[in-house]
Amino acid sequence: MSGFNVIGKPWPKVDALPKCTGETRYADDLHFPRMLYAKILRSPHAHARIRRIDVSRAQAVPGVHVVLTGRDLPTRFGILPVSQDEEALCVEKVRFVGDPVAAVAAVDEWTAEEALRLIEVEYEPLPALLTMEQALAESSVRIHEYGDGPNIHKLVSLEFGEVAEGFAQADYVREDIFFYAGSTHLPLEQHAAVAHYGPDGRLTLWSSTQTPHYVHRALAKVLGLPPHRIRVIAMPVGGGFGGKSDPFSHEIVVAKLALLTGRPVKITLTREEVFYVHRGRHPVLLWIKTGVRRDGTITAMHVRSFLDGGAYGSYGVATTYYTGALQTVTYKIPRYKFEGVRVFTNKPPCGPKRGHGTPQPRFALEVHLDKIAEDLGLDPIQMRRRQIVEAPSLTVNWLRISSCGLRACIDRVVEASGFREKFRRLPFGRGVGFACSAYLSGAGLPIYWNDMPHSGVQIKIDREGGVTVFCGSADIGQGSDSILAYIVAEILGILPEDVRVVTADTDLTPVDLGSYSSRVTVMAGNAAVEAAERLRRLLFRAAAERLDVPEDQLLARERRIFDQADPERGLDFAEAVQLAEARFGTLGAVGSYKPPKAPGRYKGAGVGPSPSYSYSACVAQVRVDPETGFVQVEKIWIAHDVGRAINPRLVEGQIHGSVYMGLGEALMEEHTFHSRLGVHTAPSMLDYKSPTPLEMPEVECFLIETEDPNGPFGAKEAGQGPLLPIPPAIANAVYDAIGVRIDEIPITPEKVLKGLEDKARGGSGRVGPTSIPSLTWPEPIRVEPPPEWRSSGDLT
Amino acid sequence: MEKQLITLKVNGELHTLAVPVFKTLLEVLREDLSLTGTKHGCELGECGACTVLVDGEPVLSCLVLPIELQGREVLTIEGLMEGGRPHPLQRAFAETGAAQCGYCTPGVLLSAKALLDRKPAPTRREIAEALSGNLCRCTGYLQILEAVERAAAQMRDVRSAATTDGR
Repeated sequence: MSGFNVIGKPWPKVDALPKCTGETRYADDLHFPRMLYAKILRSPHAHARIRRIDVSRAQAVPGVHVVLTGRDLPTRFGILPVSQDEEALCVEKVRFVGDPVAAVAAVDEWTAEEALRLIEVEYEPLPALLTMEQALAESSVRIHEYGDGPNIHKLVSLEFGEVAEGFAQADYVREDIFFYAGSTHLPLEQHAAVAHYGPDGRLTLWSSTQTPHYVHRALAKVLGLPPHRIRVIAMPVGGGFGGKSDPFSHEIVVAKLALLTGRPVKITLTREEVFYVHRGRHPVLLWIKTGVRRDGTITAMHVRSFLDGGAYGSYGVATTYYTGALQTVTYKIPRYKFEGVRVFTNKPPCGPKRGHGTPQPRFALEVHLDKIAEDLGLDPIQMRRRQIVEAPSLTVNWLRISSCGLRACIDRVVEASGFREKFRRLPFGRGVGFACSAYLSGAGLPIYWNDMPHSGVQIKIDREGGVTVFCGSADIGQGSDSILAYIVAEILGILPEDVRVVTADTDLTPVDLGSYSSRVTVMAGNAAVEAAERLRRLLFRAAAERLDVPEDQLLARERRIFDQADPERGLDFAEAVQLAEARFGTLGAVGSYKPPKAPGRYKGAGVGPSPSYSYSACVAQVRVDPETGFVQVEKIWIAHDVGRAINPRLVEGQIHGSVYMGLGEALMEEHTFHSRLGVHTAPSMLDYKSPTPLEMPEVECFLIETEDPNGPFGAKEAGQGPLLPIPPAIANAVYDAIGVRIDEIPITPEKVLKGLEDKARGGSGRVGPTSIPSLTWPEPIRVEPPPEWRSSGDLT
Repeated sequence: MEKQLITLKVNGELHTLAVPVFKTLLEVLREDLSLTGTKHGCELGECGACTVLVDGEPVLSCLVLPIELQGREVLTIEGLMEGGRPHPLQRAFAETGAAQCGYCTPGVLLSAKALLDRKPAPTRREIAEALSGNLCRCTGYLQILEAVERAAAQMRDVRSAATTDGR
């Protein structure tokens, strides 16, 4: 048992009861006197030039205050400095069905809608490029004027060590091609934002955003206002999963409308708009080639990924690198080559969705390894288990592994699931599958490169012992506010209920970069540790003087500060606070966190480094109906190396949610478009299939604690990593059940039946892509691996 | 815009309101009565976030017009607390982590209340069926199912204690 009072225990979240009583206010719950309502007109064309916009009739509707077009907001923006390619309202052309074109502020939503219908837009349709193949082939049609080639947003080619040398040492080389369909976040809350411009010349935006800091930057840029006159408040987010991480057109539009009208303006997207705003999982076509020794030891790997980016950049440069960067952090790969391309198409822009760019290559890798194990007659578990990365170590692409509990994860799920007794032994139609994965605990570099902290925490204490923690982090339901309260309570020796948490307000809270890349527990957590320890030092100094006990002999717990040698000798927490305030003046402390400097020194080394990597292993058991092709997941066993579970119940909640989302992607979720018009074919919660409680299998979770040296109390991430092994484990289980390889996500009944039919006719039964587009890859950037990988002796 | 006078009984209180007849119960609750605890995720009857109880039965408030509810009792999440104290379901949801982002939570709680009022000891399968119209994207549903079971057990304990006391 740990010596902690708060850490490691299943406390309710600090915001749990307000969420259960309807008191929590989300962005759309805000209402202000004189508030106006905004609506956005969106393009019906996938690709078209805007010839003319006439807003005069809309302007004349009684109750309409302002009609905006692209000319009112011409400055481009975007989340990444290298792809500032979005306009709040399109100026010259539209690039997907749903691209924003004009906006109205009116006294109510009906009036605003009526006005939208009266805006006349004359479009000159352009050829719509709706697939990667079309976009790569039609180089005369350009979706954007920038990038690494015609309709190529980003082209990456990296080689770590000589892969040819590695393949030459292999006894067996296998190539496979996989496809992972795009899917969307489908948060229950539709995006909403309210803006207010006061007579003091200050603009406030309340928004359902995961990244208030970056929204703040984008507003300042597009509106041309000094940042100190803009305040962004992230309201409790009703589901994010990466889908509310970009600065959005609607946020800028309401801000501009508030500036022009001097009245509060609200916008709430419709569900259909949420589908078009998207920023979801990139569809990825992936080719993988691996060389192995007879015993399965990897000698070299080469990966090529093709990302269908949709119409704008979003996080896409990072996503492209992520489809290659994390292949190396689970198994030892001594020689590695990665080529990736992100293609622009006339579809809603893709971006970060839980696992950001890594579920696709993870699916490919884990199914590919399963096939290699079968080809060589090896045990798929043992083959992986033998070559797990060491900790501490550097991977061939210079990522630093600080802790790794993957071996323990594997052992727990294999044992609990009875995998060895079931694998290849269950009757036809039932099967088990296995997969591992890893994910980062926060991006090692900020989006705008600088030397400042990634997260800051400020703490104040009032005279009765109440503690308030301020941090820029945004709670999107994962419980980051609660994590701050637990950490501060543990260090100051009080209870979570004694801590008030104020977060995600650019006026009141120190900067935290946002709720993305699974960074908040580690980064805001470390900042909170530093601030709380500084404050505790003041309290201990004052208490030590009063109690006549050496400072280093004091302990803080259960709302007391006392002598550990003589626990009776102590002070109430509030008393210690008063003594410290009398002694030092007003009490407060700050803490900040910046990740360790990444060791990689090559172009592209900025994506992949992290303070730590989490590890997961999973066994899925499925039942496949050969008549209907329907796959039912009976049970999931999953072990996750979380470093330390600051609150095991919340960690399990993150694992359950990840399993659920992985299950949806594996079996049913798909963002689909009309092949000619580019119209979403399922923009509703009924047509876009997602799992209900009836599809959710039993999940048995195991938390593995490795106490990572870089984490607060040793903690690593839990919110994204556990999604990654789910699709490949299910795909491997389907093969075990019916002997058919579905190398394409989602594994729909249609594909299962196609595979079974092919097999019945004497084919292999494989369903999946058979080729990749031909593309001239640039000469790779050749990167010398870390010293331990350099001698070829490592390959034996 | 033509408005009609309606009388609506919500959480035990009678309200007389003038609203356009096409305005849904969801809109009237949120916009005219400021009861923003009732959420919306689609306004098409697909997600369950706007579930309220009408005479004890779960209803999607985005699909109902207040004019249809004359003389009936509407219960929203704001009316679930009893005497300022959380309902056992609310407490169980808070304790088990069943509310992550919390956006689907009010609707889920009301569907669960209707189930437990009708069936005090449901099986896990029955709970899953009763909640299958309430989508949640955060929890994977498992801690929700656990919370309903926990609340049901607690409510049964309270009831049997009351019965014993009554003797």
